[in-house]
Amino acid sequence: MSATASTETARAAKPVRSAQEVRRIVTSKIGWIACGLALILVIGPLIDIVWVVTYNGVSAFSPTLFTSSTPPTGVGLWNAIEGTIVISILAMAIAVPVGIGAGIYLSEYGNNKLGNTIRFLSDVLTGTPSIVLGYFSYICLVGALGWGLAAPAGAVTIAILVIPYLARITELALRQVPNTMREAAFALGAKEPTVVFKIILPSAASGVVTGALLALAISVGETAPLIYTAGFSNYPVDATAPIHSLLHNQIGYLTYVIWSFIEQPDATSHALAFAAAFLVMLFVLLINIGVRLAVKRTKFV
Amino acid sequence: MTIRPFRLTLLGLSLLIPLALAAVVLFLLSFSWQAIGYSGFSFITHEFFNMGGIDGDPVTVRGVSVPAGADYGILVFILGTILTSGIAILIAVPLSVGAAIFLAESIPDKFRPVLSMLVELVAVVPSVVFGLWGVAVLVPFIGNILGPAISHTLGFISVLGGGDSGGGYGLLAASVVLALMITPIIATTLLDALLQVPKENRESAFALGATHFEVVTKAMMPMVRTTLIGGIVLALGRALGETMAVLMVSGGGSNAMPSSIFSPVATIASFIVSQLDSAESDPTNMAVRALAEMALVLFIITLVTNAGAKVLSSGVLNNVRNRKH
Repeated sequence: MSATASTETARAAKPVRSAQEVRRIVTSKIGWIACGLALILVIGPLIDIVWVVTYNGVSAFSPTLFTSSTPPTGVGLWNAIEGTIVISILAMAIAVPVGIGAGIYLSEYGNNKLGNTIRFLSDVLTGTPSIVLGYFSYICLVGALGWGLAAPAGAVTIAILVIPYLARITELALRQVPNTMREAAFALGAKEPTVVFKIILPSAASGVVTGALLALAISVGETAPLIYTAGFSNYPVDATAPIHSLLHNQIGYLTYVIWSFIEQPDATSHALAFAAAFLVMLFVLLINIGVRLAVKRTKFV
Repeated sequence: MTIRPFRLTLLGLSLLIPLALAAVVLFLLSFSWQAIGYSGFSFITHEFFNMGGIDGDPVTVRGVSVPAGADYGILVFILGTILTSGIAILIAVPLSVGAAIFLAESIPDKFRPVLSMLVELVAVVPSVVFGLWGVAVLVPFIGNILGPAISHTLGFISVLGGGDSGGGYGLLAASVVLALMITPIIATTLLDALLQVPKENRESAFALGATHFEVVTKAMMPMVRTTLIGGIVLALGRALGETMAVLMVSGGGSNAMPSSIFSPVATIASFIVSQLDSAESDPTNMAVRALAEMALVLFIITLVTNAGAKVLSSGVLNNVRNRKH
């Protein structure tokens, strides 16, 4: 009965829609269409970037990419792939212990003025443009300390760049471990290192690993801080030379190839730039999608 | 007080962060000290960056040795930085607000995670890949289609090209790429805020007979305004320091005041990367010091911007306002 009543009121209400009401409804419709278009314009370029880079990257793909080096040495990317791996591994070797250690301190013992100061300065460092960090390394590490253009200077710069991220993500992950677990461990007589390494870190492992993976993705995708710290080389790392030569010679990396080869006039260089971009993008997107699917909707950054 | 070696080790590791920051600032400051002394205030008031005759004999001015005729002014790059970021914000704000509203209110809960993940993924695409896309897709589009269209129809306005739209590289291309890069920052900030608006506020607006769109624009948006502004300022901080994408699509127009949206521009960040090679050939090293001073200026600009974002998003202003009423 009430159903018939409401349909009747609806039917009765329909004809008396005033001009103002119509205007409001039309405005709302236009507003929604504009918002939908905005969403398409935000996601559209991402899809176009992935499409353009994948299409050009895949058509430039060949096994020689992994066997020969960038022109004039060869027509491949091996030196750049190798260099990116070397720089990223070195950077992670510095950043992971420091970043996770700092995160542990901030989460477990940092609820005081000192902790807040470190947190604040860490945010300042996160907001510092990467080129400023790169320039610092250029005058300090490459120049004043005499490291020269080589992998260590590049890796330290990348490490400075990602440590604040890593510390913040580790801190957030550790704070999600319930306090009762800490209390239980201490009640059993465990010392601080035991509590941290045996109880808290394992419980927060997924968050900490997420942080390390995101840091790795950032380090593979960076360009500006490397140009004047790692330099660039068209030659692969000389496997026969002693290991310290790796630390004193300029080294190639993929993002440099993207930047400089797209500005060359010839099609071969363009193809290499796209192939390098495809490798970098694939790596960065796979890490980020994987992390987001594994850790459902946890906002870290 | 007992000494706890474990805590001290961790404290030592976390102190490396402030230490690194202090090292960055102190090294840039001490390295550029001579340049600061040489240029003084003219560094930010003089329009153009002139390295002087770096091949000739250096001269001694005010006690420091510099190439003859060197005059380091960076006003043109400060302007380029502000213009590219400003136009990027003008493009990005309506896009990201619209996208966030649509994601928060129009998308079924089932699809929202996928679409919001896509928006977040825009933020992780490396800057240099954005630049590559800019060179391969955006620059030809602006140069061949958008530019001529704008300058044909609106060419009588001189900032819109005055009939000449150039080859696509320039201010507009740089701004559009920057806009795309910062959109996810604003959109995800706003989306999170919109999803947290209490149900009661939405329901009371509906009960007053507002249409769904009016509920969003008149009841929900005013509640999240401060968060939105905080997100915009944060995005601005990111745009100001962005290097590679801008460098690749801006046309590398160092030392020229942009006259229209199609003019080549250089930002502080892109100029540092593009000029360090030639600065290295300065035997007095003063050009490299002047570039360090530019890096310092960029650091200060982004620091102030990010501090502003922090103040806005921490709600300090909100509390002040609440106390007044």
